[in-house]
Amino acid sequence: MFQYVVKRVLSIIGMLILISVSVFALFFAVPADPARLTCGKNCTPAIIEANRHALGYDKPIVVQYFDFMKGLVSERDFPDDPVIAKNSPQSITHCPAPCLGYSATQGQLVSTMIKQAFPITASIAVGAFVLWLVGGIGIGVLSALKRGSILERGLVGASLVAYSLPTFFIGLLLLDIVSIKYGLAPPAGYTPFVDDPVAWAKGMILPWITLAMVFAALYVRLTRANMLETLSEDYIRTARAKGVPEWAVIVRHAMRAALTPIVTIAGLDLGGVLAGAAITETVFNLNGIGKTGVYAIQQLDLPVIVAVVLLSAFVIVLFNFLVDLLYAFLDPRVTL
Amino acid sequence: MSEQARHLLEVDDLEVHFPTADGLVRAVDGLTFSLEPGRTLGIVGESGSGKSVTSQAILGLHRGTPAKVSGRIRFDGVELLDLPIKDLRRLRGNDISMIFQDPLSALHPYYSVGKQIAEAYRVHHSVSRRQALARAEEMLELVGIPNAGRRVHEYPHQFSGGMRQRAMIAMALVNDPRLLIADEPTTALDVTVQAQILELMKKLQREFGSAIIIITHDLGVVADIADDVLVMYAGHAVEQGAVNEVFYQPDMPYTWGLLSSMPRIGSPRGQRLATIAGSPPSLIRPPSGCRFHPRCAYRGLVEGDACVTTPPRLVAGGADHRARCHLEPGARERVRLQLSTIDSVGER
Repeated sequence: MFQYVVKRVLSIIGMLILISVSVFALFFAVPADPARLTCGKNCTPAIIEANRHALGYDKPIVVQYFDFMKGLVSERDFPDDPVIAKNSPQSITHCPAPCLGYSATQGQLVSTMIKQAFPITASIAVGAFVLWLVGGIGIGVLSALKRGSILERGLVGASLVAYSLPTFFIGLLLLDIVSIKYGLAPPAGYTPFVDDPVAWAKGMILPWITLAMVFAALYVRLTRANMLETLSEDYIRTARAKGVPEWAVIVRHAMRAALTPIVTIAGLDLGGVLAGAAITETVFNLNGIGKTGVYAIQQLDLPVIVAVVLLSAFVIVLFNFLVDLLYAFLDPRVTL
Repeated sequence: MSEQARHLLEVDDLEVHFPTADGLVRAVDGLTFSLEPGRTLGIVGESGSGKSVTSQAILGLHRGTPAKVSGRIRFDGVELLDLPIKDLRRLRGNDISMIFQDPLSALHPYYSVGKQIAEAYRVHHSVSRRQALARAEEMLELVGIPNAGRRVHEYPHQFSGGMRQRAMIAMALVNDPRLLIADEPTTALDVTVQAQILELMKKLQREFGSAIIIITHDLGVVADIADDVLVMYAGHAVEQGAVNEVFYQPDMPYTWGLLSSMPRIGSPRGQRLATIAGSPPSLIRPPSGCRFHPRCAYRGLVEGDACVTTPPRLVAGGADHRARCHLEPGARERVRLQLSTIDSVGER
């Protein structure tokens, strides 16, 4: 167990390093010049070169990469130039360790941007996760128990429709009907949970429903299939033969076995959404990780792109790891 | 009334039919038998003859499925078929319990063996978790599992096949049932473990005085443990009676076939085992007349076409022995003699 955890942690670190290398490589492979974007129409090559130097894009890629890696453990200054530091110290931004970089486009430290964006994404993700898990599993179990009934057909059919609709469509539809036409919920907006939990929930309800609808459908079908399979297992018959009441047969015996594999998928999906729900965030204009990443890519803002990709990768890899640990805990047949 | 009180279990004209897309499957079709306390009944027959379906019908395990169960099943004078589920649940696992074949799939993979036995106890007794677990440990010891104190916390996949079956038996006996139904309890086990399990069941029966129904296709098991035997074919009884009578004076061709298809120690090397030609009939459209007639080697000994047109009734052949066959008693005697000669030739 201990050995397994150590191995996994090491491999996660290795994977993140590989991902950071590939993001750097891909960024510079793109035929676009971030320095060119720094000034408008009346740009002279001299200004572009000066800006390139100020941004640090004039250094070799390898040096830039190691500067970035160094920043994770020690502080950095932007721009990293002794001449500028001497002539105009007020234009230097100090970035304390761990330093993820500085976004010249936004004029902000990347860590500050992440700190602002992540709570928004986390709010969307966690709320939607609870909704789709409860809704998806609830409907899935119900439709397995009512197999062959009109109710089951209706539920499974509805989940298929929800599954087929694109996220932006559901989001816009909800926004238009629920919020604008009937005013049942305010258009989305972020209020920190600690400031006002009610406003937080109100501002998040539409993004939650949107994401939950997309994900729940998969859970309905999975839960239903697993429940049907489990209900025909011999050990369910054994439980009934022992005199166990039917509700306990369903909850303690059938659901215990049917839902365990769903833990894996739920963990991975939660990790995926925590890494940024770009479409939902964009539709509802919430500046979460996903939207921050999309904007950074449009602006060729390398430090932000690297940070967002690494954060997303880290969250996903972390949840993969947590799911594996949890699974070993839930299924006694699995040993690490 | 007095006669009814004598029986612990009375099954009368039991029918279990499953509607399927191809038609109605008559898995059990008019089965009648009874069982007294402390006795053991062996039910034998090929796969698909309705053995397991019968045992599940006794526990009402077909409830909530499309299966249609009719007839009568009386346990200790109580009619089980129309007993409210609440009352039936009180009997399940408590007065009537069941040992399933293939304990690996019959035990829940996510709960420890101890917890599963404890659950069977707690469902019928108001005791704490800890008391129930202690009881589970006690039961594991009783069925001969070494280190029961440690084993009680282990999971089914950590047990060997024989131990799993013992755990299954421990679970079935945890409430001292009056009727124990064992559905092929030794099928998945090797011969030495099989002997141990049968010995264990016999010992526990002596201790608790339970009645046992053992379902098997192994005639050796029946000879070892049962007092009475019921031979099933295509959903109904073709021969039933005391084990000694049925085994030494078998009265109809299917039983003859079953008995002569048993491998024997001492039969000449290379001699092929006798088989019954053909395969079990469709239960959707069973053969007319005697259901065994398409496979029967002795049909020619019956005059006319009674075998094809008229279903034979169960007729008493001895004091405690009935069989379903059109053959004349004299003809049966001659065939038996002939078969025993072949047998003794084989044994020589």
